[in-house]
Amino acid sequence: MDRKLKEKVIRRTFLLTASTSILVLALIMVFLFMEGLPIFHEYPPLKFLFGHEWYPTSDPPDFGIFPLLVGSVLVTVASSALAIPLGVMTAIYLAEIARPRVRGYVKPVVELLAALPSVVIGFFGMVLFAPFLQDVFDIPTGLNLFNAAVMLAFMSVPTICSISEDAIFSVPKELKEASLALGATHWETIQRVILPASLSGISTAVILGMSRAIGETMVVLMVAGGAAMVPGSLFSPVRPMPASIAAEMAEAPFRGDHYYALFATGIVLFLFTMAFNIVADTIANKHKQVGAATL
Amino acid sequence: MRIKNLLLAAFMVVAFSASAWAAQIGVSGSTTVLPIMQKAVEAYMKAHPETTLSVSGGGSGNGIKAIIDGTTDLCMASRFMKDKEVALAMEKGVYPVPFAVAIDALVPVVHPENPVGDLTIEQLRDIYTGKTTNWKDLGGEDKQIVVISRDTSSGTYETWDEKILNKERVFAGALLQASNGAVAQAVSKNKYAIGYVGYGYLDASLKGVKVNGIEGNPETASSGKYPVSRFLFLFTNGWPEGELASFVMYMLHPKYGQAHAKDAGFVPLY
Repeated sequence: MDRKLKEKVIRRTFLLTASTSILVLALIMVFLFMEGLPIFHEYPPLKFLFGHEWYPTSDPPDFGIFPLLVGSVLVTVASSALAIPLGVMTAIYLAEIARPRVRGYVKPVVELLAALPSVVIGFFGMVLFAPFLQDVFDIPTGLNLFNAAVMLAFMSVPTICSISEDAIFSVPKELKEASLALGATHWETIQRVILPASLSGISTAVILGMSRAIGETMVVLMVAGGAAMVPGSLFSPVRPMPASIAAEMAEAPFRGDHYYALFATGIVLFLFTMAFNIVADTIANKHKQVGAATL
Repeated sequence: MRIKNLLLAAFMVVAFSASAWAAQIGVSGSTTVLPIMQKAVEAYMKAHPETTLSVSGGGSGNGIKAIIDGTTDLCMASRFMKDKEVALAMEKGVYPVPFAVAIDALVPVVHPENPVGDLTIEQLRDIYTGKTTNWKDLGGEDKQIVVISRDTSSGTYETWDEKILNKERVFAGALLQASNGAVAQAVSKNKYAIGYVGYGYLDASLKGVKVNGIEGNPETASSGKYPVSRFLFLFTNGWPEGELASFVMYMLHPKYGQAHAKDAGFVPLY
Protein backbone atom coordinates (compact mmCIF):
# COMPACT_ATOMS: atom_id res chain seq x y z
CA MET A 1 0.00 0.00 0.00
CA ASP A 2 1.49 3.33 -0.95
CA ARG A 3 1.84 6.09 1.61
CA LYS A 4 -0.83 8.39 0.22
CA LEU A 5 -3.48 5.70 0.24
CA LYS A 6 -2.50 4.72 3.76
CA GLU A 7 -2.84 8.30 4.92
CA LYS A 8 -6.24 8.51 3.29
CA VAL A 9 -7.48 5.32 4.92
CA ILE A 10 -6.27 6.44 8.33
CA ARG A 11 -7.89 9.84 7.96
CA ARG A 12 -11.20 8.28 6.88
CA THR A 13 -11.14 5.85 9.81
CA PHE A 14 -10.70 8.65 12.31
CA LEU A 15 -13.38 10.73 10.64
CA LEU A 16 -15.73 7.76 10.79
CA THR A 17 -15.16 7.05 14.50
CA ALA A 18 -15.43 10.73 15.42
CA SER A 19 -18.65 11.24 13.48
CA THR A 20 -20.12 8.01 14.89
CA SER A 21 -19.68 9.17 18.46
CA ILE A 22 -21.06 12.63 17.68
CA LEU A 23 -24.00 11.12 15.81
CA VAL A 24 -24.82 8.75 18.67
CA LEU A 25 -24.74 11.60 21.19
CA ALA A 26 -26.93 13.73 18.95
CA LEU A 27 -29.42 10.88 18.57
CA ILE A 28 -29.57 10.42 22.35
CA MET A 29 -30.35 14.13 22.67
CA VAL A 30 -33.05 13.95 20.01
CA PHE A 31 -34.55 10.93 21.76
CA LEU A 32 -34.49 12.74 25.12
CA PHE A 33 -36.38 15.72 23.70
CA MET A 34 -38.80 13.55 21.73
CA GLU A 35 -39.77 11.58 24.82
CA GLY A 36 -39.83 14.57 27.18
CA LEU A 37 -41.58 17.35 25.29
CA PRO A 38 -45.03 15.69 24.95
CA ILE A 39 -45.70 16.36 28.65
CA PHE A 40 -46.02 20.05 27.84
CA HIS A 41 -49.12 19.39 25.76
CA GLU A 42 -50.78 18.18 28.93
CA TYR A 43 -49.04 20.21 31.58
CA PRO A 44 -47.93 23.88 31.36
CA PRO A 45 -44.09 24.29 31.36
CA LEU A 46 -44.11 26.97 34.07
CA LYS A 47 -46.19 24.79 36.37
CA PHE A 48 -43.81 21.93 35.61
CA LEU A 49 -40.74 23.98 36.56
CA PHE A 50 -42.12 25.91 39.52
CA GLY A 51 -44.88 23.67 40.88
CA HIS A 52 -44.26 22.39 44.40
CA GLU A 53 -46.35 19.24 44.07
CA TRP A 54 -44.77 16.08 42.65
CA TYR A 55 -47.54 13.46 42.70
CA PRO A 56 -47.13 11.66 39.37
CA THR A 57 -49.48 8.77 40.12
CA SER A 58 -52.31 10.60 41.87
CA ASP A 59 -55.52 11.25 40.06
CA PRO A 60 -55.31 13.97 38.76
CA PRO A 61 -51.48 13.88 38.75
CA ASP A 62 -49.19 16.80 39.56
CA PHE A 63 -45.79 17.17 37.95
CA GLY A 64 -44.14 20.10 39.74
CA ILE A 65 -40.39 19.45 39.78
CA PHE A 66 -39.39 22.56 41.76
CA PRO A 67 -38.55 20.60 44.96
CA LEU A 68 -36.47 18.14 42.90
CA LEU A 69 -34.67 20.96 41.11
CA VAL A 70 -33.89 22.72 44.39
CA GLY A 71 -32.77 19.39 45.86
CA SER A 72 -30.34 18.84 42.96
CA VAL A 73 -28.92 22.36 43.17
CA LEU A 74 -28.48 22.28 46.94
CA VAL A 75 -26.85 18.84 47.00
CA THR A 76 -24.43 19.95 44.27
CA VAL A 77 -23.61 23.25 46.00
CA ALA A 78 -23.09 21.58 49.37
CA SER A 79 -20.90 18.83 47.97
CA SER A 80 -18.86 21.40 45.98
CA ALA A 81 -18.34 23.40 49.15
CA LEU A 82 -16.80 20.28 50.70
CA ALA A 83 -15.06 18.74 47.73
CA ILE A 84 -13.42 21.69 45.94
CA PRO A 85 -11.29 23.00 48.85
CA LEU A 86 -10.47 19.47 49.94
CA GLY A 87 -9.54 18.28 46.46
CA VAL A 88 -7.54 21.36 45.44
CA MET A 89 -5.67 21.64 48.73
CA THR A 90 -4.75 17.96 48.64
CA ALA A 91 -3.51 18.50 45.11
CA ILE A 92 -1.34 21.46 46.18
CA TYR A 93 0.07 19.40 49.02
CA LEU A 94 0.87 16.46 46.78
CA ALA A 95 2.37 18.49 43.95
CA GLU A 96 4.29 21.13 45.87
CA ILE A 97 4.77 20.26 49.50
CA ALA A 98 4.86 16.49 49.90
CA ARG A 99 8.14 14.66 49.48
CA PRO A 100 8.34 12.54 46.30
CA ARG A 101 8.11 9.30 48.31
CA VAL A 102 4.89 10.39 50.03
CA ARG A 103 3.49 11.58 46.73
CA GLY A 104 4.37 8.23 45.16
CA TYR A 105 2.26 6.42 47.72
CA VAL A 106 -0.61 8.85 48.29
CA LYS A 107 -1.49 9.67 44.70
CA PRO A 108 -2.30 6.12 43.58
CA VAL A 109 -4.36 5.64 46.73
CA VAL A 110 -6.41 8.77 46.00
CA GLU A 111 -6.89 7.62 42.41
CA LEU A 112 -7.97 4.22 43.62
CA LEU A 113 -10.74 5.91 45.63
CA ALA A 114 -12.18 7.22 42.36
CA ALA A 115 -12.71 3.64 41.29
CA LEU A 116 -15.01 2.81 44.21
CA PRO A 117 -18.42 1.86 42.77
CA SER A 118 -21.09 4.39 43.70
CA VAL A 119 -23.33 1.70 45.14
CA VAL A 120 -20.64 0.95 47.73
CA ILE A 121 -20.45 4.61 48.74
CA GLY A 122 -24.26 4.74 48.88
CA PHE A 123 -24.36 1.67 51.08
CA PHE A 124 -21.72 3.16 53.37
CA GLY A 125 -23.79 6.35 53.68
CA MET A 126 -26.97 4.43 54.32
CA VAL A 127 -25.76 1.84 56.81
CA LEU A 128 -22.93 3.59 58.68
CA PHE A 129 -23.03 7.34 58.14
CA ALA A 130 -26.81 7.87 58.46
CA PRO A 131 -27.14 6.31 61.96
CA PHE A 132 -23.97 8.20 62.99
CA LEU A 133 -25.50 11.52 61.89
CA GLN A 134 -28.73 10.64 63.69
CA ASP A 135 -26.92 10.04 66.98
CA VAL A 136 -24.46 12.94 66.81
CA PHE A 137 -26.86 15.68 65.74
CA ASP A 138 -30.00 14.18 67.29
CA ILE A 139 -31.99 14.56 64.07
CA PRO A 140 -35.01 12.47 63.03
CA THR A 141 -33.26 10.90 60.05
CA GLY A 142 -29.70 10.54 58.79
CA LEU A 143 -30.89 10.15 55.20
CA ASN A 144 -30.71 13.80 54.21
CA LEU A 145 -29.11 16.56 52.14
CA PHE A 146 -25.96 16.64 54.27
CA ASN A 147 -25.36 12.90 54.04
CA ALA A 148 -25.80 13.01 50.26
CA ALA A 149 -23.43 15.98 49.97
CA VAL A 150 -20.72 14.24 52.00
CA MET A 151 -21.02 11.01 49.99
CA LEU A 152 -20.90 12.92 46.68
CA ALA A 153 -17.88 14.87 47.92
CA PHE A 154 -16.25 11.50 48.60
CA MET A 155 -16.81 10.63 44.96
CA SER A 156 -15.60 13.88 43.45
CA VAL A 157 -12.54 14.56 45.63
CA PRO A 158 -10.38 11.92 43.90
CA THR A 159 -11.25 13.27 40.45
CA ILE A 160 -10.68 16.89 41.46
CA CYS A 161 -7.49 16.06 43.34
CA SER A 162 -5.91 13.85 40.73
CA ILE A 163 -6.52 16.15 37.74
CA SER A 164 -5.60 19.34 39.68
CA GLU A 165 -2.42 17.68 40.84
CA ASP A 166 -1.47 16.91 37.24
CA ALA A 167 -2.15 20.53 36.29
CA ILE A 168 -0.16 21.95 39.21
CA PHE A 169 2.69 19.53 38.70
CA SER A 170 3.00 20.43 35.02
CA VAL A 171 3.43 24.17 35.63
CA PRO A 172 6.79 24.95 33.94
CA LYS A 173 9.77 24.93 36.27
CA GLU A 174 10.98 28.35 34.95
CA LEU A 175 7.96 30.11 36.45
CA LYS A 176 8.61 28.71 39.88
CA GLU A 177 12.35 29.34 39.65
CA ALA A 178 11.82 32.93 38.49
CA SER A 179 9.45 33.60 41.36
CA LEU A 180 11.80 32.12 43.94
CA ALA A 181 14.73 34.01 42.40
CA LEU A 182 12.88 37.27 42.90
CA GLY A 183 12.81 36.52 46.60
CA ALA A 184 9.24 35.21 46.95
CA THR A 185 8.69 32.53 49.59
CA HIS A 186 7.44 29.08 48.67
CA TRP A 187 3.90 29.93 49.84
CA GLU A 188 3.87 33.21 47.87
CA THR A 189 5.02 31.32 44.81
CA ILE A 190 2.24 28.76 45.18
CA GLN A 191 -0.37 31.42 45.74
CA ARG A 192 0.63 34.02 43.14
CA VAL A 193 2.34 32.00 40.43
CA ILE A 194 1.57 28.31 40.47
CA LEU A 195 -2.15 28.46 41.23
CA PRO A 196 -2.97 31.11 38.59
CA ALA A 197 -0.86 29.25 36.03
CA SER A 198 -2.72 26.00 36.63
CA LEU A 199 -6.20 27.52 37.03
CA SER A 200 -7.36 26.21 33.67
CA GLY A 201 -6.45 22.64 34.65
CA ILE A 202 -7.97 23.05 38.10
CA SER A 203 -11.26 24.28 36.68
CA THR A 204 -11.36 21.32 34.31
CA ALA A 205 -10.86 19.13 37.37
CA VAL A 206 -13.71 20.90 39.16
CA ILE A 207 -16.03 20.53 36.14
CA LEU A 208 -15.36 16.81 35.90
CA GLY A 209 -15.71 16.30 39.64
CA MET A 210 -18.94 18.26 39.94
CA SER A 211 -20.45 16.74 36.81
CA ARG A 212 -20.10 13.44 38.58
CA ALA A 213 -21.94 14.90 41.57
CA ILE A 214 -24.81 16.46 39.57
CA GLY A 215 -25.64 13.41 37.54
CA GLU A 216 -24.85 10.79 40.18
CA THR A 217 -27.92 8.67 40.69
CA MET A 218 -27.23 5.69 42.90
CA VAL A 219 -25.83 7.62 45.87
CA VAL A 220 -28.61 10.20 46.02
CA LEU A 221 -31.17 7.48 45.53
CA MET A 222 -29.82 5.65 48.55
CA VAL A 223 -28.90 8.41 51.03
CA ALA A 224 -30.72 11.66 50.17
CA GLY A 225 -33.97 10.52 51.79
CA GLY A 226 -36.19 11.13 48.80
CA ALA A 227 -38.73 13.60 50.19
CA ALA A 228 -40.15 15.73 47.36
CA MET A 229 -40.15 18.86 49.50
CA VAL A 230 -38.10 22.07 49.43
CA PRO A 231 -35.65 21.42 52.31
CA GLY A 232 -35.85 23.56 55.43
CA SER A 233 -32.33 22.88 56.66
CA LEU A 234 -29.07 21.11 55.84
CA PHE A 235 -30.47 18.04 57.60
CA SER A 236 -33.76 17.82 55.70
CA PRO A 237 -34.32 14.91 53.34
CA VAL A 238 -34.27 15.89 49.66
CA ARG A 239 -35.02 14.23 46.33
CA PRO A 240 -32.63 15.27 43.56
CA MET A 241 -33.73 14.84 39.95
CA PRO A 242 -31.61 11.77 39.06
CA ALA A 243 -32.93 9.92 42.14
CA SER A 244 -36.49 10.64 41.10
CA ILE A 245 -35.91 9.43 37.54
CA ALA A 246 -34.17 6.26 38.72
CA ALA A 247 -36.79 5.45 41.35
CA GLU A 248 -39.82 5.94 39.12
CA MET A 249 -38.83 5.08 35.57
CA ALA A 250 -39.13 1.34 36.12
CA GLU A 251 -42.80 1.50 37.00
CA ALA A 252 -44.05 4.45 34.98
CA PRO A 253 -46.57 3.34 32.33
CA PHE A 254 -44.83 3.33 28.96
CA ARG A 255 -45.48 6.59 27.03
CA GLY A 256 -47.88 7.80 29.73
CA ASP A 257 -47.77 11.31 31.17
CA HIS A 258 -45.58 10.17 34.04
CA TYR A 259 -43.08 8.67 31.59
CA TYR A 260 -42.98 11.90 29.59
CA ALA A 261 -42.61 13.93 32.80
CA LEU A 262 -39.59 11.86 33.84
CA PHE A 263 -37.95 12.42 30.46
CA ALA A 264 -38.75 16.14 30.75
CA THR A 265 -36.98 16.05 34.12
CA GLY A 266 -34.07 14.51 32.23
CA ILE A 267 -34.14 17.45 29.81
CA VAL A 268 -33.99 19.89 32.74
CA LEU A 269 -31.08 17.94 34.22
CA PHE A 270 -29.34 17.97 30.84
CA LEU A 271 -29.77 21.75 30.43
CA PHE A 272 -28.63 22.24 34.02
CA THR A 273 -25.43 20.24 33.47
CA MET A 274 -24.83 21.98 30.15
CA ALA A 275 -25.17 25.45 31.72
CA PHE A 276 -22.77 24.38 34.46
CA ASN A 277 -20.25 23.15 31.91
CA ILE A 278 -20.47 26.33 29.83
CA VAL A 279 -19.88 28.53 32.88
CA ALA A 280 -16.93 26.44 34.05
CA ASP A 281 -15.52 26.31 30.52
CA THR A 282 -15.70 30.09 30.21
CA ILE A 283 -13.76 30.47 33.45
CA ALA A 284 -11.18 27.96 32.27
CA ASN A 285 -10.78 29.73 28.93
CA LYS A 286 -10.44 33.14 30.51
CA HIS A 287 -7.46 31.97 32.55
CA LYS A 288 -5.95 29.85 29.85
CA GLN A 289 -2.21 29.77 29.93
CA VAL A 290 -0.78 30.14 26.45
CA GLY A 291 2.99 29.78 26.79
CA ALA A 292 5.45 29.40 29.62
CA ALA A 293 6.01 33.15 29.86
CA THR A 294 2.47 34.42 29.52
CA LEU A 295 0.42 34.34 32.68
CA MET B 1 -2.85 -23.31 13.41
CA ARG B 2 -5.30 -23.19 10.54
CA ILE B 3 -6.74 -26.58 11.43
CA LYS B 4 -7.14 -25.46 15.01
CA ASN B 5 -9.12 -22.42 13.90
CA LEU B 6 -11.27 -24.49 11.63
CA LEU B 7 -12.03 -26.91 14.42
CA LEU B 8 -12.88 -24.02 16.72
CA ALA B 9 -15.23 -22.53 14.13
CA ALA B 10 -16.90 -25.88 13.59
CA PHE B 11 -17.32 -26.34 17.30
CA MET B 12 -18.90 -22.89 17.64
CA VAL B 13 -21.36 -23.58 14.83
CA VAL B 14 -22.42 -26.81 16.51
CA ALA B 15 -22.66 -25.15 19.92
CA PHE B 16 -24.84 -22.32 18.62
CA SER B 17 -27.17 -24.53 16.66
CA ALA B 18 -27.52 -26.83 19.67
CA SER B 19 -28.63 -23.92 21.84
CA ALA B 20 -30.96 -22.77 19.08
CA TRP B 21 -32.85 -26.06 19.26
CA ALA B 22 -33.55 -25.60 22.97
CA ALA B 23 -36.53 -23.44 23.92
CA GLN B 24 -35.59 -19.98 25.17
CA ILE B 25 -37.95 -18.14 27.53
CA GLY B 26 -37.30 -14.60 28.73
CA VAL B 27 -38.82 -13.46 32.04
CA SER B 28 -38.69 -9.92 33.43
CA GLY B 29 -40.53 -7.50 35.72
CA SER B 30 -41.42 -6.96 39.37
CA THR B 31 -38.74 -7.39 42.02
CA THR B 32 -41.45 -8.53 44.46
CA VAL B 33 -42.17 -11.61 42.35
CA LEU B 34 -38.48 -12.20 41.63
CA PRO B 35 -37.72 -14.45 44.66
CA ILE B 36 -40.51 -16.89 43.67
CA MET B 37 -39.42 -16.87 40.05
CA GLN B 38 -35.77 -17.55 40.82
CA LYS B 39 -36.62 -20.62 42.88
CA ALA B 40 -39.11 -21.87 40.30
CA VAL B 41 -36.79 -21.36 37.33
CA GLU B 42 -33.93 -23.18 39.00
CA ALA B 43 -36.09 -26.20 39.76
CA TYR B 44 -37.82 -26.12 36.36
CA MET B 45 -34.57 -26.07 34.40
CA LYS B 46 -33.32 -29.04 36.37
CA ALA B 47 -36.44 -31.00 35.45
CA HIS B 48 -36.55 -29.73 31.82
CA PRO B 49 -32.95 -29.35 30.63
CA GLU B 50 -34.14 -28.64 27.07
CA THR B 51 -35.64 -25.31 28.18
CA THR B 52 -33.56 -22.25 29.07
CA LEU B 53 -35.12 -19.43 31.09
CA SER B 54 -33.44 -16.08 31.63
CA VAL B 55 -34.85 -13.98 34.46
CA SER B 56 -34.32 -10.28 35.20
CA GLY B 57 -35.95 -7.82 37.63
CA GLY B 58 -36.43 -4.12 36.94
CA GLY B 59 -39.93 -3.41 38.21
CA SER B 60 -43.50 -4.18 37.17
CA GLY B 61 -43.60 -1.23 34.77
CA ASN B 62 -40.49 -2.38 32.94
CA GLY B 63 -41.82 -5.93 32.66
CA ILE B 64 -45.10 -4.67 31.23
CA LYS B 65 -43.18 -2.44 28.80
CA ALA B 66 -41.18 -5.49 27.72
CA ILE B 67 -44.26 -7.64 27.08
CA ILE B 68 -45.86 -4.82 25.07
CA ASP B 69 -42.70 -4.37 22.99
CA GLY B 70 -42.35 -8.13 22.54
CA THR B 71 -38.89 -8.24 24.15
CA THR B 72 -39.90 -10.74 26.83
CA ASP B 73 -42.11 -13.82 26.87
CA LEU B 74 -43.32 -13.64 30.44
CA CYS B 75 -43.80 -10.58 32.64
CA MET B 76 -43.89 -10.52 36.44
CA ALA B 77 -46.03 -7.77 38.01
CA SER B 78 -46.93 -6.82 41.57
CA ARG B 79 -49.94 -4.90 40.26
CA PHE B 80 -52.51 -5.29 37.53
CA MET B 81 -51.96 -3.57 34.19
CA LYS B 82 -53.18 0.01 33.98
CA ASP B 83 -55.83 1.00 31.41
CA LYS B 84 -53.27 3.02 29.46
CA GLU B 85 -50.92 0.07 29.23
CA VAL B 86 -53.72 -2.23 28.07
CA ALA B 87 -54.71 0.30 25.41
CA LEU B 88 -51.10 0.59 24.22
CA ALA B 89 -50.78 -3.21 24.10
CA MET B 90 -53.94 -3.51 21.99
CA GLU B 91 -52.61 -0.83 19.66
CA LYS B 92 -49.51 -2.94 19.05
CA GLY B 93 -51.51 -6.13 18.60
CA VAL B 94 -50.47 -7.60 21.95
CA TYR B 95 -53.16 -9.33 24.01
CA PRO B 96 -51.89 -9.56 27.59
CA VAL B 97 -53.23 -12.54 29.55
CA PRO B 98 -52.94 -12.36 33.36
CA PHE B 99 -52.22 -15.28 35.70
CA ALA B 100 -52.40 -14.62 39.44
CA VAL B 101 -49.57 -16.59 41.09
CA ALA B 102 -49.62 -15.63 44.78
CA ILE B 103 -50.94 -13.30 47.46
CA ASP B 104 -48.64 -10.94 49.33
CA ALA B 105 -49.34 -9.33 52.71
CA LEU B 106 -48.04 -5.76 52.99
CA VAL B 107 -46.89 -5.23 56.58
CA PRO B 108 -46.22 -1.88 58.30
CA VAL B 109 -42.86 -2.13 60.09
CA VAL B 110 -41.10 -0.22 62.87
CA HIS B 111 -37.80 -0.57 64.73
CA PRO B 112 -37.85 -3.51 67.20
CA GLU B 113 -37.30 -1.09 70.12
CA ASN B 114 -40.42 0.88 69.27
CA PRO B 115 -43.22 0.17 71.81
CA VAL B 116 -45.98 0.78 69.25
CA GLY B 117 -47.17 -2.54 67.79
CA ASP B 118 -50.78 -2.11 66.75
CA LEU B 119 -52.27 0.65 64.59
CA THR B 120 -55.63 1.15 62.95
CA ILE B 121 -55.99 1.97 59.26
CA GLU B 122 -57.08 5.50 60.26
CA GLN B 123 -53.95 5.98 62.37
CA LEU B 124 -51.76 4.74 59.52
CA ARG B 125 -53.53 7.09 57.12
CA ASP B 126 -52.96 10.04 59.48
CA ILE B 127 -49.26 9.15 59.73
CA TYR B 128 -48.81 8.88 55.97
CA THR B 129 -50.75 12.04 55.15
CA GLY B 130 -48.77 14.01 57.74
CA LYS B 131 -51.59 14.63 60.24
CA THR B 132 -49.95 12.63 63.04
CA THR B 133 -46.29 13.60 63.36
CA ASN B 134 -45.31 12.50 66.88
CA TRP B 135 -45.01 8.99 68.35
CA LYS B 136 -46.48 10.15 71.67
CA ASP B 137 -49.92 10.49 70.01
CA LEU B 138 -49.75 6.75 69.30
CA GLY B 139 -48.47 5.65 72.70
CA GLY B 140 -44.75 5.92 72.01
CA GLU B 141 -41.93 8.30 72.94
CA ASP B 142 -42.11 12.06 72.42
CA LYS B 143 -40.23 11.93 69.11
CA GLN B 144 -40.99 12.96 65.54
CA ILE B 145 -42.22 10.11 63.31
CA VAL B 146 -39.95 9.45 60.33
CA VAL B 147 -42.33 8.29 57.61
CA ILE B 148 -40.84 5.97 55.01
CA SER B 149 -42.73 5.09 51.86
CA ARG B 150 -42.02 3.47 48.50
CA ASP B 151 -41.71 5.78 45.52
CA THR B 152 -45.11 6.87 44.23
CA SER B 153 -44.93 4.72 41.12
CA SER B 154 -44.04 1.34 42.59
CA GLY B 155 -46.58 -1.47 42.55
CA THR B 156 -46.20 -1.80 46.32
CA TYR B 157 -46.95 1.88 46.83
CA GLU B 158 -50.08 1.56 44.75
CA THR B 159 -51.44 -1.15 47.01
CA TRP B 160 -50.67 0.94 50.09
CA ASP B 161 -52.25 3.98 48.43
CA GLU B 162 -55.42 2.06 47.68
CA LYS B 163 -55.85 0.12 50.93
CA ILE B 164 -54.51 2.56 53.54
CA LEU B 165 -54.49 6.06 52.09
CA ASN B 166 -57.77 5.63 50.28
CA LYS B 167 -56.25 7.62 47.38
CA GLU B 168 -55.23 10.55 49.58
CA ARG B 169 -51.74 11.90 48.87
CA VAL B 170 -48.71 10.87 50.89
CA PHE B 171 -47.34 14.06 52.45
CA ALA B 172 -44.27 15.48 50.71
CA GLY B 173 -41.97 15.05 53.72
CA ALA B 174 -42.11 11.25 53.56
CA LEU B 175 -38.79 9.59 52.75
CA LEU B 176 -39.14 7.64 49.54
CA GLN B 177 -37.15 4.45 49.04
CA ALA B 178 -36.80 2.64 45.75
CA SER B 179 -37.14 -0.98 46.89
CA ASN B 180 -38.52 -3.25 49.60
CA GLY B 181 -34.97 -3.90 50.72
CA ALA B 182 -34.17 -0.19 51.07
CA VAL B 183 -37.27 0.37 53.23
CA ALA B 184 -36.32 -2.56 55.48
CA GLN B 185 -32.77 -1.25 55.75
CA ALA B 186 -33.86 2.32 56.58
CA VAL B 187 -36.38 1.24 59.24
CA SER B 188 -33.98 -1.19 60.90
CA LYS B 189 -31.44 1.67 61.27
CA ASN B 190 -33.85 4.26 62.68
CA LYS B 191 -35.67 3.92 66.01
CA TYR B 192 -38.37 6.43 65.08
CA ALA B 193 -39.14 5.32 61.55
CA ILE B 194 -42.17 3.54 60.14
CA GLY B 195 -42.32 1.87 56.75
CA TYR B 196 -44.08 -0.98 54.94
CA VAL B 197 -42.70 -4.06 53.17
CA GLY B 198 -43.89 -7.28 51.56
CA TYR B 199 -44.20 -10.17 54.03
CA GLY B 200 -41.13 -11.87 52.53
CA TYR B 201 -38.93 -9.03 53.77
CA LEU B 202 -39.83 -9.30 57.47
CA ASP B 203 -36.94 -10.44 59.68
CA ALA B 204 -35.52 -10.00 63.18
CA SER B 205 -34.29 -6.46 62.48
CA LEU B 206 -37.87 -5.28 61.95
CA LYS B 207 -41.04 -5.36 64.02
CA GLY B 208 -44.25 -5.98 62.12
CA VAL B 209 -47.16 -3.79 63.22
CA LYS B 210 -50.65 -5.26 63.47
CA VAL B 211 -53.29 -3.51 61.38
CA ASN B 212 -56.66 -3.14 63.15
CA GLY B 213 -55.38 -5.74 65.63
CA ILE B 214 -54.65 -8.34 62.96
CA GLU B 215 -51.13 -9.58 62.35
CA GLY B 216 -50.12 -9.66 58.68
CA ASN B 217 -48.98 -13.19 57.75
CA PRO B 218 -49.78 -15.85 55.15
CA GLU B 219 -52.73 -17.26 57.16
CA THR B 220 -54.52 -13.95 57.74
CA ALA B 221 -53.80 -12.82 54.18
CA SER B 222 -55.23 -15.98 52.60
CA SER B 223 -58.32 -15.96 54.84
CA GLY B 224 -58.95 -12.35 53.82
CA LYS B 225 -58.89 -11.11 57.43
CA TYR B 226 -55.76 -9.03 56.94
CA PRO B 227 -56.74 -5.78 55.21
CA VAL B 228 -53.53 -4.97 53.29
CA SER B 229 -52.96 -7.83 50.87
CA ARG B 230 -52.58 -7.99 47.10
CA PHE B 231 -52.25 -10.41 44.21
CA LEU B 232 -49.02 -11.00 42.32
CA PHE B 233 -49.33 -11.66 38.57
CA LEU B 234 -47.68 -13.11 35.51
CA PHE B 235 -48.60 -11.76 32.08
CA THR B 236 -48.13 -13.48 28.72
CA ASN B 237 -48.74 -12.18 25.22
CA GLY B 238 -51.86 -14.07 24.21
CA TRP B 239 -52.75 -17.49 25.63
CA PRO B 240 -49.40 -19.23 26.22
CA GLU B 241 -48.41 -22.18 24.00
CA GLY B 242 -45.74 -24.86 23.95
CA GLU B 243 -42.88 -24.54 26.41
CA LEU B 244 -44.21 -21.25 27.78
CA ALA B 245 -47.59 -22.83 28.59
CA SER B 246 -45.84 -25.70 30.30
CA PHE B 247 -43.85 -23.27 32.47
CA VAL B 248 -46.91 -21.16 33.36
CA MET B 249 -48.76 -24.34 34.38
CA TYR B 250 -45.72 -25.30 36.46
CA MET B 251 -45.96 -21.93 38.27
CA LEU B 252 -49.65 -22.50 39.03
CA HIS B 253 -49.22 -26.11 40.12
CA PRO B 254 -49.86 -26.56 43.87
CA LYS B 255 -46.90 -28.96 44.20
CA TYR B 256 -44.32 -26.96 42.21
CA GLY B 257 -44.56 -23.21 41.55
CA GLN B 258 -47.00 -22.63 44.40
CA ALA B 259 -44.70 -24.44 46.81
CA HIS B 260 -41.89 -22.08 45.73
CA ALA B 261 -44.20 -19.11 46.38
CA LYS B 262 -44.73 -20.41 49.89
CA ASP B 263 -40.98 -20.90 50.40
CA ALA B 264 -40.34 -17.30 49.34
CA GLY B 265 -42.73 -16.03 52.03
CA PHE B 266 -45.86 -15.47 49.96
CA VAL B 267 -49.31 -17.01 50.07
CA PRO B 268 -49.89 -19.73 47.45
CA LEU B 269 -53.20 -19.55 45.58
CA TYR B 270 -53.74 -23.21 44.73
